[in-house]
Amino acid sequence: MVTTVHLFAGARELAGTESVAVELPAGATVAALRVELARRIPVLAGLLARSAIAINHDFAEDARILLPADELAVIPPVSGG
Amino acid sequence: MVRLTREPIDYPALTESVRAPHCGAVALFLGTVRDLTGEHVTVFLDYEAYGPMAEKKLAEIEVQMRGRWPAAQLAMVHRLGRLAVGEISVAVAVSAPHRAEAFDACRYAVDTLKQLVPIWKKENAPDGTGQWVHQSVKPGSPS
Repeated sequence: MVTTVHLFAGARELAGTESVAVELPAGATVAALRVELARRIPVLAGLLARSAIAINHDFAEDARILLPADELAVIPPVSGG
Repeated sequence: MVRLTREPIDYPALTESVRAPHCGAVALFLGTVRDLTGEHVTVFLDYEAYGPMAEKKLAEIEVQMRGRWPAAQLAMVHRLGRLAVGEISVAVAVSAPHRAEAFDACRYAVDTLKQLVPIWKKENAPDGTGQWVHQSVKPGSPS
């Protein structure tokens, strides 16, 4: 499946794009998404390791299985407030 | 009431909005843009949010607070966009019957927002360079 991952703040700046399309096998987990993102955009790897992944506006564990309709985002360490 | 805005925050009105006859204590927190972070001079900040998720997390904080402090009233607003030094980035107003709950609930709201809500700031220096602040722990992880 091809899935779109939204990038924010420093992640967007490093990647040079607001979103990236990622190809993953059916049944892939968040952990696999991390590996693929780091492979596709090596400059993002360091920040990615410190970032959460959000699925449909909630934080997701690495073991979570991705579905084709999921909205995905990289959530770098937050700094609001 | 919790929301995001791109407008200057009217914190007097926000404070008034939580006042109620049964609440004898009102606590207001303002987060403002500082001119210095360590040695780094800031000219302005840029605040960005993952809008739908930020609103969802703000709403969850509100629900948590209703559960812990049922008698309290809450209003929380975070501003996005470009803010100059001294401008207000976030305002949290809480009223409660007594001051212990008002202080505790206000602190909880601010601390939890700073841990969970997908909002980021970029510090912009006098030389025109800017840096996104990503120093906190991996968001959403237990503290």
